[in-house]
Amino acid sequence: MNIIVVGLSHKTATVEIREKVAFSPNQIEKPLGELLKLEGIIEGVIVSTCNRVEIYATTRDIAGGIARIKRFMAEYHHLQFEAIEPHLYSYHAESAIRHVFRVASSLDSMVVGEPQILGQIKTSYGYAAEFKSSGIILNRFLHKAFSVAKRVRTETKIASSAVSVAFAAVELAKKILGDLSDKTVMLIGAGEMCELAAKHFLNSGAKGVMVTNRTFERAERLAEEFGGEAVPFESFLEHLHRADIVLSSTGAPHCIIGPKDAVEVIKRRRFKPIFFIDIAVPRDIDPKVDDVENAYLFTVDHLQEIVQANLAQRSLEAEKAEEIIEQEIGQFHKWLSTLEVTPTIVALRNHFDEIRRAELDKTIAGWKELPPDAEKRMEALTLAMMNKLLHAPTSALKQSGQGGRVDLYIDALRQLFGLEALQRDDEELELEE
Amino acid sequence: MTHLFFFLTVALYGGATAAYLACLVRTSPLLTRWAGRILVAGFTAHLLSTIHLASKMRYLPLTNMQESLSFFSLAIVGAFIFFERRYKVTTLGSFIIPVALMLLLASSSLHAEVRQLSPVLQSNWFWFHALLAFGSYACFTIAAGVAVVYLIQRYFLKKKHLGALFQRLPSLETMDEISYRCLTVGFPLLTVAIISGSIWSEKAMGSYWIWDPKQTWSLVIWLIYAALLHGRLTIGWRGKRAAILSILGFIVVLFTFFAMKHSIVW
Repeated sequence: MNIIVVGLSHKTATVEIREKVAFSPNQIEKPLGELLKLEGIIEGVIVSTCNRVEIYATTRDIAGGIARIKRFMAEYHHLQFEAIEPHLYSYHAESAIRHVFRVASSLDSMVVGEPQILGQIKTSYGYAAEFKSSGIILNRFLHKAFSVAKRVRTETKIASSAVSVAFAAVELAKKILGDLSDKTVMLIGAGEMCELAAKHFLNSGAKGVMVTNRTFERAERLAEEFGGEAVPFESFLEHLHRADIVLSSTGAPHCIIGPKDAVEVIKRRRFKPIFFIDIAVPRDIDPKVDDVENAYLFTVDHLQEIVQANLAQRSLEAEKAEEIIEQEIGQFHKWLSTLEVTPTIVALRNHFDEIRRAELDKTIAGWKELPPDAEKRMEALTLAMMNKLLHAPTSALKQSGQGGRVDLYIDALRQLFGLEALQRDDEELELEE
Repeated sequence: MTHLFFFLTVALYGGATAAYLACLVRTSPLLTRWAGRILVAGFTAHLLSTIHLASKMRYLPLTNMQESLSFFSLAIVGAFIFFERRYKVTTLGSFIIPVALMLLLASSSLHAEVRQLSPVLQSNWFWFHALLAFGSYACFTIAAGVAVVYLIQRYFLKKKHLGALFQRLPSLETMDEISYRCLTVGFPLLTVAIISGSIWSEKAMGSYWIWDPKQTWSLVIWLIYAALLHGRLTIGWRGKRAAILSILGFIVVLFTFFAMKHSIVW
């Protein structure tokens, strides 16, 4: 049995093409059903996100299976095969396993280490499991992919650092202010980056937002959007002491917060630290504010530096992740190869034969005087019994070799008779996303 | 028996020190967990060794420099384990556990003389006083460790050196909280220790306050921490100023502990 992968991603196709072949996740039953109707396709899972569309399947006929899935992707969306074919990639055997492990571990993502992809694959797999389009192999395969992704996450620092300016600001705020749940953010001026950062702060648990702007209506509108409070620009310094985090991005030609203001604010805050983030060019906050005790001023350049350092760190960590994946591929491949008919029959016979011999030896050793050729007869008797007992399962196994259920039989057989300690890593499937 | 526990303690504290120092250069949940486990094992061995010694001698082992150093170290580790559990501040251990190890090593370098316990020590007031004093010293040690880390983090933030070490050390706010907690526990302990000490002095020497160097310096320590706590509560002293004062207080604690002979005890 072979695992194949066919798909396209941000690396091979533009967004215009990706959105054409995307499967809408709430109607995934129909394409899954059609996928399984393709000749030679036994199991299938469809993963469709904004950055990639991929189909994982099992088949006995690799070349045919890949070709049919490629055609299916075009035909299902009523597209010219030639239009999407150059963007499609396909993998089989070890390279297919490697690909899916890398995708799940977020090594193939646009932003390496971003955490969403794992959840998206889990959801896709959840649908496939619900509609029973995935079977024993893909079930085990994707569970393995999830556990590999978990290992990569815990054993490397691939996802532990912020790679956007807004996130870097949140991380830094936590380093200064600790828990953000009782902290207030003040937005001075408006700007895309400022609003984005404010959203990140609120998502990270910040308690409230104050907004101030030269045009008060604008401040009111933003405040409403964030569920915060609008403050008149003329008197914002009066409210500054209530803010723990100050995000400033006005178009003012000169600084609007100077060191004297900072000293005053810190005093009113009873020396509790305050975190200033200056996103404006030219600057809104006098650099001397950073010299004030308990005031910490960072500009967008400082944050950018953190992001650059984190990105470099991530690519280092990605190398460690690749090593983990190589180890896991070997393990999974071993399991997959046990699902072949012939080695299973051999293993089953050997297992029975071992028991037969052991019992025979025990019986003969316990006998004091044996009639002539009793030993030979017992040998023949037990052998005949064994062959008769094994005949039905063996031929059933051989006959099922054509259909898709063979893997199920083999796996069950190996477990029932304990033919090989197949390590079952029972990570519970987390489908909460 | 006591020796066995003692050597085990030294070995485990040594292992814990190495593990905690490694936590400064490597982020690994496994390492963090093992550092904590080794430390708890060391603390258990230390506690058993102390209890064993106490039951053998029939008094609490804090009557001479050797015993006191070991007890000081035990109190520090106990306090640290509490704060680490509560605030998840592993990297603080990198600064505090080596201190505990050094105190223990200093203790083992002194030899234990077998001697008759001075009759003045055979007072419940003395044991009460000494136990509380060590509790407060342990709190002040943690506070000083936190203060050092606070100053390091503050330096990183002001100089915008936000490297790996900055990421591993705790946040300013967490350290401020720990330092405040240490003060609010340590200061009352010290206060009661000084009061019970003077009651004992009255019983043993006939006077509540005899101005011996130890008593005088204890008062200095009390004044320093009183100032720190007062500043914090009234005007909200925190950050750099509080950290420096906290380190200063600890230096005086060490000085008092090592250099000031108790005119009655040893």
